[in-house]
Amino acid sequence: MTELSRRDWLLSDHPASRRQARLGQAYRTWLGFRGNWLAMVGLGVVILLILLAIFADVIAPFDPLIPGDLRTERFLPPGSGAHLLGTDDQARDIFSRIVHGSRLTLMVVALVSVIATPIGMIVGTTAGYFGGWTDAILMRITDIFLAFPRLILALAFVSALGPGIENAIIAIAITSWPPYARLARAETLTIRDSDFINAARLQGASSLRILWGHVTPLCLSSVIIRVTLDMAGIILTAAGLGFLGLGAQPPQPEWGAMIASGRQFLLDFWWVATMPGIAIFIVSLGFNLLGDGLRDVLDPKARK
Amino acid sequence: MAPLLTVEDLRVTFPTRRGPSEVVRGVSFTLGRERLGIVGESGSGKSQTGRAILGLTPRPGVMTAKLLDFDGIDLRSATPAQWRKLRGARLSMVMQDPKFSLNPTMTIGQQLTEMLRFHARMSAAEKQRAALAMLEAVQIRDPDRVFRAYPHELSGGMGQRAMIAMMLVTEPDLLIADEPTSALDVTVQVEVLRILDRLVRDRGMGLIFISHDLRLVGSFCDRVLVMYAGRVVEELKASDLDKASHPYTRGLMNCLPQIDRDVRPLPVLQRDEAWAR
Amino acid sequence: MTDPLLETRDLDVTFRRGRDRVPAVRGVSLSVRRGESYGIVGESGSGKSTVLRAICGLAPVSGGQILLDGVPIPTPRDAAFYRRVQMVFQDPYASLHPRHTIDRVLSEPLAIHGFDRREERIERALSEVGLGEGFRFRYPHQLSGGQRQRVAVARALILEPQVLLLDEPTSALDASIQAEVLNLLDRIRAERGLTYVMVSHDLAVVAHMCDRLMVMQHGRRVEELTRDQLRAKAATTDYTRQLLAASRGYTPAD
Repeated sequence: MTELSRRDWLLSDHPASRRQARLGQAYRTWLGFRGNWLAMVGLGVVILLILLAIFADVIAPFDPLIPGDLRTERFLPPGSGAHLLGTDDQARDIFSRIVHGSRLTLMVVALVSVIATPIGMIVGTTAGYFGGWTDAILMRITDIFLAFPRLILALAFVSALGPGIENAIIAIAITSWPPYARLARAETLTIRDSDFINAARLQGASSLRILWGHVTPLCLSSVIIRVTLDMAGIILTAAGLGFLGLGAQPPQPEWGAMIASGRQFLLDFWWVATMPGIAIFIVSLGFNLLGDGLRDVLDPKARK
Repeated sequence: MAPLLTVEDLRVTFPTRRGPSEVVRGVSFTLGRERLGIVGESGSGKSQTGRAILGLTPRPGVMTAKLLDFDGIDLRSATPAQWRKLRGARLSMVMQDPKFSLNPTMTIGQQLTEMLRFHARMSAAEKQRAALAMLEAVQIRDPDRVFRAYPHELSGGMGQRAMIAMMLVTEPDLLIADEPTSALDVTVQVEVLRILDRLVRDRGMGLIFISHDLRLVGSFCDRVLVMYAGRVVEELKASDLDKASHPYTRGLMNCLPQIDRDVRPLPVLQRDEAWAR
Repeated sequence: MTDPLLETRDLDVTFRRGRDRVPAVRGVSLSVRRGESYGIVGESGSGKSTVLRAICGLAPVSGGQILLDGVPIPTPRDAAFYRRVQMVFQDPYASLHPRHTIDRVLSEPLAIHGFDRREERIERALSEVGLGEGFRFRYPHQLSGGQRQRVAVARALILEPQVLLLDEPTSALDASIQAEVLNLLDRIRAERGLTYVMVSHDLAVVAHMCDRLMVMQHGRRVEELTRDQLRAKAATTDYTRQLLAASRGYTPAD
């Protein structure tokens, strides 16, 4: 099949199979997304992060945990010899630590979205669809979570669970679902009484089937957009917990913890804290750009 | 008598991903102090024609015309300042749904007197008198209450009448009514049409009545333009609608179910590619 | 009247808005015979659509009875009810799920009710409403308004119901498309011996489609007419006469 005919096949207005219809729909979304270069930059950053995490062992020239020669290799400035971004107080290669730190960052991002998104979706759509007492109880619980600033609540959870990257992820996930629940509920309320939901009821569809097959797909895109835009905040919260010593524990190369340990040398050896800071900045920006781009193609309401 | 409005070769173009798309393609007509109906199905360009005359083509659409003359004023080159003077005072438009055209935070009375503030020098008492008189003219039985009411406190028919009052309080020379009665119940519809009818007859207003309802336009207007795919396919006197020669007009007439006659199945409009050319 | 299939007796529907109780339907009785086409005409707010919604369980019944084949129908409605009574909604742009293909729209009811030979049924339903196989995997946004309404009709028919409730099925469509959909509904009723209850604000549409009709105003029944009575202008109330006059177009006051 040539390139041109594959494009025609995807964009056909007469799809001949379920698969072609679904792929065609995805391709149209992709065409819309591709037109936005900032979103493409965001996507590039996120793909780069994933590649870094997968091939960290190959890319990193040094071991991220084992210190170098403490007499000659401490605080080497960026660009000195084999150390592209310099070395830290333990004479470890900063570039290698950042590359390996991407695994931790990606793990935080992936686990938080895998835990928080479904909780938010289930709570929000259930509350919105059933209304009444269900709605009142679920939303008051959500409000209680929303009443605390996320970092404070995460701090409380981590101090209860004990410091460590796993507990930090659980704490962030537990504290980040309420906004998704609110969003999913609002979306559900707007479609709950629409005729296509009524039509499904008149087919005899059960509440579970309507929630899962009809309501969720329509709420999903706005929640995905919101999660993507929140990723920057989640990475910063994880870094913040690491910075406070409650997230990843030394010698793990978590970016926030790296800033924390580099901060005492900030005036003399600026690169130790700055390099992981730049990494956090780039990845957060990447997720924000990606989220903006996704909103443009997935959420027709935001389109101008 | 010189025509009130002359339109020649009006075109409205919207850019799309597949290149520019022309939704109004060379519409020409003249309007005197009469009721002119523009009829067509959705997508025929009838609403965009009405908007373009008032300079309200939504962006990124572009309007061009060889001639667009309103009472000696070239509307194509009107500046924003000129438009402000014209719209409301001499040119008005009634939209389909009053909900989107009335300001929900102001009472009907405030909105009516505000129209006058822009367009006439009157004292506050005079303005209120004029506004109340207008509400009465559009058959609102309790003008004092409506004057103080907010839009959400009015029913659909009341809201539409209040909006017509707003558009007419400045006594415009030309009114463009885009499906003004489609959102109304048939019994209210008749009353609204009577108001418009009287204004044309008593005040010599020019009316462009845009509608999808051929039966209504045929019985209400003096002249009818039938639009299809951005063009006027036929122009005829409303009373001659039965003798329409274009197959599209005839098809539209025939496909309507009628109470008196039982035609089964209803004749279906067979579209011809050539009409759009 | 012999063999009524669908009946309402003194049907009351009251909506609660906060503390207010808004009566939408007050004491409406109607009786539709098997194979008959029955119309309900009225203006907005007359409660005509609410009667349909109450029958299929989308509006709360606060008084009276609804009977199918002489048996009061259960609340909430059960699967057996939905297999016998289906509905077509007014706005074809709002009644199809934007992210579901036509295939999914039609296969879901079959899955819910455990029907066999699904492929065959979907193909037959599509061809019955005049849509070819080429439409099966399209999304609603790839269809015109008339095509969407055909899909909605196919969805209602795929469970092979006995009664079709039609809520202004053509009021969102252009006149030429309206004629096509009305012809389609007419043909299907003749072929399948269906019973219709059709709601519309357009007297001409109801007169074309229905053997008998009820005029409603402010939630109450005004009068009931047969098609022949309507043609003979044998309306007994002023309100119906007003509706009749208005449906002919504009008549100057003097």
